[in-house]
Amino acid sequence: MEIRPIFASLRKHRIPAILIVLEIALACAVLCNAVFMIGKRVGDIRVSNAIDERALSVIVLNGADPKLASSDIPRNLAALRSIAGVQSVGVTSTLPLTRNNWGWSFGLKPESLISDKGNLNVSLYFLGAGADQALGLQLLQGRFFNADEYADSSLGGSALPSTHVVIVTDSLATQLWPGKSPLGQVLYSKPNYYTIVGVVANVLRPQASIHSTQRSFAATFYPMQADSVLGYYVLRSAPQDRARVVREAEQKLGDINPAAVAKGQTFINIRDTYFADMSSMAWMLVLVCVVMLAVTAFGIVGLTSFWVAQRRRQIGIRRAVGATRGDILSYFRTENFLLTGMGVVLGMALAFGINIYLMQHYEMDRMPWYYLPASAVALWLLGQLAVLGPALRAAAVPPVVATRSV
Amino acid sequence: MFAYYLELAVRSLRRNKVLTTLMVLALGLGIGACITTLTVLKLLSGDPLPQKSAQLFYPQVDPFPMDGYVAGGTKPQPTMTYTDAMNLLHARKATHQAAMAMTGAKIAPQRTNAHPFYSDGVMTTSDFFVMFDAPFQYGGGWTDGDDESRSRVVVIADFLNDKLFDGVNSVGKTLRINDHDFRIVGVLKHWAPQPRFYAQELGGRSYGDGDAVFLPLQSARAADMAAGNTSCFDVIKDLKNLETAPCNWLGVWVQLDSSAAVADYKAFLANYAQRQIALGRFHRPDTGLPDLMQWLRDEMVVPDDVRLQAGLAFGFLLICVINTVGLLLAKCLRRSQEIGVRRALGATRRTIFVQFMVEAGIVGLAGGVLGLVFAELGLLGIRHQPAEYASLAHLDLAMFAFTFVVAVAASLVAGLLPAWRACVLAPAPQLKAS
Repeated sequence: MEIRPIFASLRKHRIPAILIVLEIALACAVLCNAVFMIGKRVGDIRVSNAIDERALSVIVLNGADPKLASSDIPRNLAALRSIAGVQSVGVTSTLPLTRNNWGWSFGLKPESLISDKGNLNVSLYFLGAGADQALGLQLLQGRFFNADEYADSSLGGSALPSTHVVIVTDSLATQLWPGKSPLGQVLYSKPNYYTIVGVVANVLRPQASIHSTQRSFAATFYPMQADSVLGYYVLRSAPQDRARVVREAEQKLGDINPAAVAKGQTFINIRDTYFADMSSMAWMLVLVCVVMLAVTAFGIVGLTSFWVAQRRRQIGIRRAVGATRGDILSYFRTENFLLTGMGVVLGMALAFGINIYLMQHYEMDRMPWYYLPASAVALWLLGQLAVLGPALRAAAVPPVVATRSV
Repeated sequence: MFAYYLELAVRSLRRNKVLTTLMVLALGLGIGACITTLTVLKLLSGDPLPQKSAQLFYPQVDPFPMDGYVAGGTKPQPTMTYTDAMNLLHARKATHQAAMAMTGAKIAPQRTNAHPFYSDGVMTTSDFFVMFDAPFQYGGGWTDGDDESRSRVVVIADFLNDKLFDGVNSVGKTLRINDHDFRIVGVLKHWAPQPRFYAQELGGRSYGDGDAVFLPLQSARAADMAAGNTSCFDVIKDLKNLETAPCNWLGVWVQLDSSAAVADYKAFLANYAQRQIALGRFHRPDTGLPDLMQWLRDEMVVPDDVRLQAGLAFGFLLICVINTVGLLLAKCLRRSQEIGVRRALGATRRTIFVQFMVEAGIVGLAGGVLGLVFAELGLLGIRHQPAEYASLAHLDLAMFAFTFVVAVAASLVAGLLPAWRACVLAPAPQLKAS
C-alpha cells in the first residue's frame, strides 16, 4: 500500500486530521491513567486476609456495664454457642477493617519507650479464649495461647495487657527479624515486654493502609481474660447459615444485655463497607472510560463519513481507473491507522506526563510501562472498528460517479 | 437578522440529524460529567461557617518528646492534652474559646420496650454554641458555672428531639445518656456544618447529619464517656483517667476578631510553649494557629478521589469539545458551496461568522439542557453511593446557571474554528467547483 498519497491528502485536510489526532491522544492519556487507577483499586479491594471471612458473623456489643464483664462475657458466649448451626464462638477487642484501631509502637530494645522514633507502629488485637479458633487464624510457627495465659492477662485501665506473650503476623515477623526465627524474640515498650510465641498468616489491621501492604499486615495478638475491652463477638457457621445466625445472635445478645446495644453483620459486609468508596470509584472510572471511548469512536465515524462524502468523486475516479474495492477500503483504514498512530504516540507521552503529575500531587504510584502500549493497541483497534463503516461505504461508491457532476 | 440566522441554523442542524445528535450528545455527556463532579467538589470543599470562618482559629501546641523532632520541619500536634486545653481556656485570651472531644453517646429512650441506641456526641465547654453560631430552637446553652460544677445538663439536636419527644419543647426534661440522667437545657435548630470542621482529628465523621447531643466536657467525663481519638506519647498507668494521662484527645477553637488579636494570640501561644519548656512539660517550641479554612486544607478534608474525578471529568469534557469542533467543522466544510453563494450575493464575512456561531450556540444550549439531565442523573447516582457526603449531593442554582455558561462557552469555543474557516473561504472557487 502506497502511503504517500495519504499524506498528501492529509496535508490538504490539516485541521480535521489534527483534531482526530488530538482526540485520540487525549483519549489515550485518560485511558492509560484511568485503567491504571482501576487496576490499583481492584488490587486493594481484593487484598488477602487470613481469617475465615466467609464463615464469620460479627455482633458488636457496646455500652454494657464494665464492672460485670467477667461474668457477662462467659454468659454471652454460652448463649451464642447454643444457636443452631454455630460451630464456634469467640470474643475480641476489634476486627480487621472495622476502623476501630488500637495502635501502639514497640521497639526491639528493653529500654524502648512508646515515643521512640525508630519504633514500629502496630495494631493490637486482644483475643478472648477460643477467638483464635473462631476467627480461623492460621498458625505458621510456634503455638496459640494456653488457658493460663488467657486467664492471667488483664488490661486494668492501662493501654497494654499484663501478659508477656504475643502472636504476630508473618509479614511483621519477616520485617522485624529478616532471616531469623521470630519465636522467642521480644517486643518492648517500657515497662511492658512481649515474647513471640507464635506466627500466623497475614491478617489485616482494623485500618488497612492502601499504600503499603506491609503496613497493612502489622498486626499483633494478645490473650485477654473476660474484660470490658472485648466487645466484638465472632460466630463461625456454614456460609448459608450466616444471615439467620446474625439475626438470632443480635436478638439474643440484645435481650440478655438490655442496657447495652448489640449490632450484628456478616464479616463480608464489614469488608464491603470498608471498600465501598473504593469500589464505587472504580465503577465510576469504568463508566467514564466506556463513555469516553464511545464518544471518540463516534467522533471518528463522523469525521470519516464527512471525508468520504467529500471525496465521492475522487473515489469514483480511482475506481474507474482500476482500483478495487479492497484498495479503497484499505486506503481509509491505512489513513486511520496513521492518524491513530500519531495520536497514540502523543497520547502515551501525555499519559506519562499525567502520571508524573499525579505522583507529585496525589499518593499515586508510577504506572508500569506496559499500560502505554496496551492502551495504544486498544485505541488502534477502536479506530479501525470506527472507520470500518465509513470505509465500507466509500468502497461501495460505484465507478460511474466519476462521470457525473456532483 | 438574528432570527434569520436562527432559522438558518435550525434548518442546517435538521438537515443532518445524526451528526447533530452526536454533537449534542457528546457535549451533554461532557458537561453532565463535569457538573456532577464539580457539585461534589464544591460541596466537600465548601466553607462550613461562611459568616464566621475568618474569625475562628485552631491553636496547636506540641507536648511530644524531642525524639523525632526536626526544627522547623515538624508540624505541631493536631490535638491537645487536657492540661494544655484547660490552660488555654482559663487564660481567656480570645473573645470566645472552647475545648471539645467527640464521643459515642448511649441514649436510652424513656418509652418502655425501646432499646438504647448510639448517637454521635460532643463533649465541650460553654462557649461552643455562641462561638460557632449554633442556633437554638428552645432554651439555650449552658454556662461557665455549669462547666465548673459539672452539672448534668445536655443540649440536643433537632433530629433527636423529633425522635424522642416528637419535636415539642423538651427543655427541662431528662435524657438518660450512658446510664446517667442529664437535664435538657437547649434544643438546636438544624445545625450540621459541612464539613464538620470541629470533629477533624477527634474521631468524628467529616460529613453527614451533625451531632445528636452536646454535653459539658467535665460532666460527660464524670459519666465515663470516652474520647473518640486518643494519641499518647508516654508510659500510661491509667488510661481511664484521660485528664492526667500523657495523651492528646482534645481540640480547642478560639474566636479572634481582628488581625491584632490574632498576632497577640500567636505571641501568647509561643510564650506559653516557652513557659512549658521551662517547666519541663514541653520539649518542642513549635505552635500553630491556622484559621478554619486553612485547618481544613491542612487536614486534606476533600478526598483525593473526588479531586481526581473532577480532573478526569474535565479531560472528558475536553475530548467532547474537540469532538464537537471536528463535527462542526466537517459540516461547515461541506457547505462551502452554500457559503460561496451567500458571499457572492453580498453577505459579509462577519455575517457568515455570526451565522455559524449562532449554529454552534444552539448546539451548546441543547448540549447544556442534556448536560443538566445527565448531571441530575449523575447526582442521583452519587446519592445512592455509600459515601458519608452522599445525601448532600444536590444541584444548586449557581451550578444550574454555571451549566449553561459552560455549555454555551464550550460550544462557542468549538464553533470558533469552523466559523472562521467558513468566513475566510473565497467565494469564487466554491461557485466554480460546482
